[in-house]
Amino acid sequence: MKKDLLSIDDLSADEIYRVLETATAMREIGERPIKKVPTLRGKTVVNLFYEPSTRTRTSFEIAEKRLSADTLNIAVAASSVLKGETLADTAMNIEAMSPDMIVLRHSSSGAGHLLSRICRSRIINAGDGLHEHPTQALLDAFTIRQHKREIAGLKVAIIGDLMHSRVLRSNVLLLTKLGAHVFVSGPPTLVPRGIEQLGVTVAATIDEAVRDADVVMMLRIQQERMQGAYFPSLREYFNLFGMTEERVRRARRDVIIMHPGPMNRGVEIASEVADGPYSVILEQVANGVAVRMAVLYLLAGGVEHEAAA
Amino acid sequence: MPIVLDGDRIGRTLTRIAHEIFERSRGVEEIAFVGIQRRGVHLARRLAVLVGDIAKSEVPVGALDITLYRDDLMRHSIGAQPVVGQTNITFSIDDKRILLVDDVLYTGRTIRAALDALLEFGRPKSIQLVVLVDRGHRELPIKADYVGKNLPTSLSQSVQVRVMEVDGTDEVEIQE
Amino acid sequence: MKRLLKGGRVVDPANGRDGVFDILIDGDRIARVGRNLPADADATVVQVPDGVVITPGLIDMHVHLREPGQEHKETVATGTLSAVTGGFTAVACMPNTSPVNDNAGVTHYILKKAADANLARVYPIGAVSLGQKGEQLAELGELKEAGCVAVTDDGHPVRTALLMRRALEYTRMFDMPVIEHCEDPTLKGDGVAHEGHVASKLGLRGIPGEAESIMAQRDIALAELTGGRVHIAHMSARQTLDAVRYGKARGAKVTCEVAPHHFILTDQLLAEPVAYDTNTKMNPPLREQADRDAMLQGLVDGSVDVIATDHAPHHYDEKHVEFDHAPFGITGLETCVSLCLDRLVNPGLISMARFVELSSVNPARILRIPGGSIAEGEPADLTLLAPNLPVTVDAKQMKSKSKNTPFDGWVLRGGVAGTIVGGRVVYANPAVDLKWTAEK
Repeated sequence: MKKDLLSIDDLSADEIYRVLETATAMREIGERPIKKVPTLRGKTVVNLFYEPSTRTRTSFEIAEKRLSADTLNIAVAASSVLKGETLADTAMNIEAMSPDMIVLRHSSSGAGHLLSRICRSRIINAGDGLHEHPTQALLDAFTIRQHKREIAGLKVAIIGDLMHSRVLRSNVLLLTKLGAHVFVSGPPTLVPRGIEQLGVTVAATIDEAVRDADVVMMLRIQQERMQGAYFPSLREYFNLFGMTEERVRRARRDVIIMHPGPMNRGVEIASEVADGPYSVILEQVANGVAVRMAVLYLLAGGVEHEAAA
Repeated sequence: MPIVLDGDRIGRTLTRIAHEIFERSRGVEEIAFVGIQRRGVHLARRLAVLVGDIAKSEVPVGALDITLYRDDLMRHSIGAQPVVGQTNITFSIDDKRILLVDDVLYTGRTIRAALDALLEFGRPKSIQLVVLVDRGHRELPIKADYVGKNLPTSLSQSVQVRVMEVDGTDEVEIQE
Repeated sequence: MKRLLKGGRVVDPANGRDGVFDILIDGDRIARVGRNLPADADATVVQVPDGVVITPGLIDMHVHLREPGQEHKETVATGTLSAVTGGFTAVACMPNTSPVNDNAGVTHYILKKAADANLARVYPIGAVSLGQKGEQLAELGELKEAGCVAVTDDGHPVRTALLMRRALEYTRMFDMPVIEHCEDPTLKGDGVAHEGHVASKLGLRGIPGEAESIMAQRDIALAELTGGRVHIAHMSARQTLDAVRYGKARGAKVTCEVAPHHFILTDQLLAEPVAYDTNTKMNPPLREQADRDAMLQGLVDGSVDVIATDHAPHHYDEKHVEFDHAPFGITGLETCVSLCLDRLVNPGLISMARFVELSSVNPARILRIPGGSIAEGEPADLTLLAPNLPVTVDAKQMKSKSKNTPFDGWVLRGGVAGTIVGGRVVYANPAVDLKWTAEK
């Protein structure tokens, strides 16, 4: 296994299954009276978050603490970036204190790659720009398997702002690697060029994507996209691409509805659907801790630190 | 490769241990079995049934995976960490007299890890150790309270325990 | 001082020469070119080794020397040293300095620095608009008089069609070309890579090829309207080359240049071997295979006029950041010749004569400067090439102040044996056995 988890491409299908199986065992720890194992005792994990994030950061923090690691949260305010310490300098300063792992969230695609060339620590990408969010895709896969047992052969529809979604890229890579049929749909202005080369089908309409789907994943739409003239209004977006109860009915009876969060109710997803019987959105959050524990556990091995490239 | 215990003898050994446990326990209300993954779990379940039959009441049994408590985890390369198995202890262990069950007692490190793990679940009244085979070469001060068979071995040998539920047969084999 | 270069293969398409010729240099001029020239008593005879090819001095008409204002990246001194090491006897330098070269003062400053360095000749290119802001024409007449050979707002396109029209009309007086950085700013947006499946996978904002070709079409139409001369800088997209071909067929005065990275590399380099390497970030970006192949085709079939490097040095600290934040640009002066010999001439895609057209004859013609030919009475600017010399690109050894190149470590066949400017040997490659030493 590679030293860093920067992209789903860093994992083979076998390694993905190892993460998911380990996560199953890790889940049980959260059900014990003492929710702790000594596995990462004495290891230091730095959560270096350049973008604000309560959900992902807390999830990582709980995962790290359950494994008895020492966690260090660094929330870099936009102002200190403007004041001029480069990512490279911040990384070298942190590295001087010999952390074992760095969990990085950053607004630039490829920030983790830059860090991995500088640091000997294991780097876990918690979201870099528009590029990827590998642990999200892993916890999504874990959630799917809880309901559908196997991912191979499933029809998965991913709908929304495809262009700006790192969750999309990671999920597409993971799901196609494990043999699912992925259909994507969104406003044509938000479909990245050449996305079919990743092995997905770009559905002509949202209905084509959703029809008989086993899994429907909704992506978040951001207000700022209207400034870029990607679509005229949130209202029109909801009409054409929002997941309503009526659209859900076109999927399979046992469909599960997913969303990486945070949700915009009434924009990409109707409240009734978000809170409805098909929604597994809260399970995704719960599974996040176990999956992240599995990733931390598997990346923690090795006495010899590999030299930075 | 010599088979030192066959299915028959294992069966009789377990029965003998079950009787020993029953006699020394002065009643089964407080006892519970916890088997160490992987094969210890199956042995624990069998013992729980045997003791329960003798006592004519049900004895609780749980499964414990100790992988995350091992002292050699960081020596594996990335991704080659040992596979973590399931832990399943559905009853409270507080004030219980726990019988920890494993197939082979060797260096004692597994049992040390199991004690650490078990004590996270509560405060038992006591913990005793039951093993099918004791092959010697302890590296820690650990002793079994109930032993199926003492098997002196050399360090170059390995002891393979097979159980029906996992391997399709019951036997203990010594390999060079 | 007289020097006789004896027995070398001379490739000089402007004078119809490709064969073994002797060249007699007297002072700073070419005295004679012919076969088996007698050696004057007072001439140093240099026996040109087997395999070395002599061409008119190579001219790089797109170079950023960064002085005044950004001397941490490069200076005229280090830039011209880099140029002669790369085999160039002359460079034309871009005006996007600090302050912008939109007046005689800055032009004179650059020329003085070039004279002090006394290595490659420097021909400044002035700004089209004041401060390159695209609002008001700069005093183009003053710039011409001060020594500028062309005008551009390089870094951006000329902001409006009207201003471009005016510039094309006005420069007709001076027979100066307007060099254009073709790019529609709204289509480029905040893009950092070529819009294609590689950028989509890497999560990088894309710049479509049409951002370049749409502006090229505007400028070629305006050249046709005005009779002015437009030169398309750093062409990268196949759609742009199509527009150039169409414009030429209609008689528009349009020429174009391509940089080595655009006919050798593709956007795949952003993904591997080193993902998000900022030495693969430049504007216009590395494009997909079809664009790269189109540029090669243009070099072969004559639609491309010039090879120019767009040498854009940046300090290590500036490039050692997230891909999004890194400045655009890579160096080029010291890798161009080896890349061209290894990828174009040696494999037989173009002849040596065609290479000389692209890198000497045509740049001289477009800029209306001396050069591009070896003839009696002309300045003795010569490049000596070693097309079979094994070369390993080593950024650390480069003479440029900046080392931002994606070619570090490349093993190539072909290099520079020596560079002569005005009769002086300003660069001698120690790896080639030529019996002279570089003069200061």
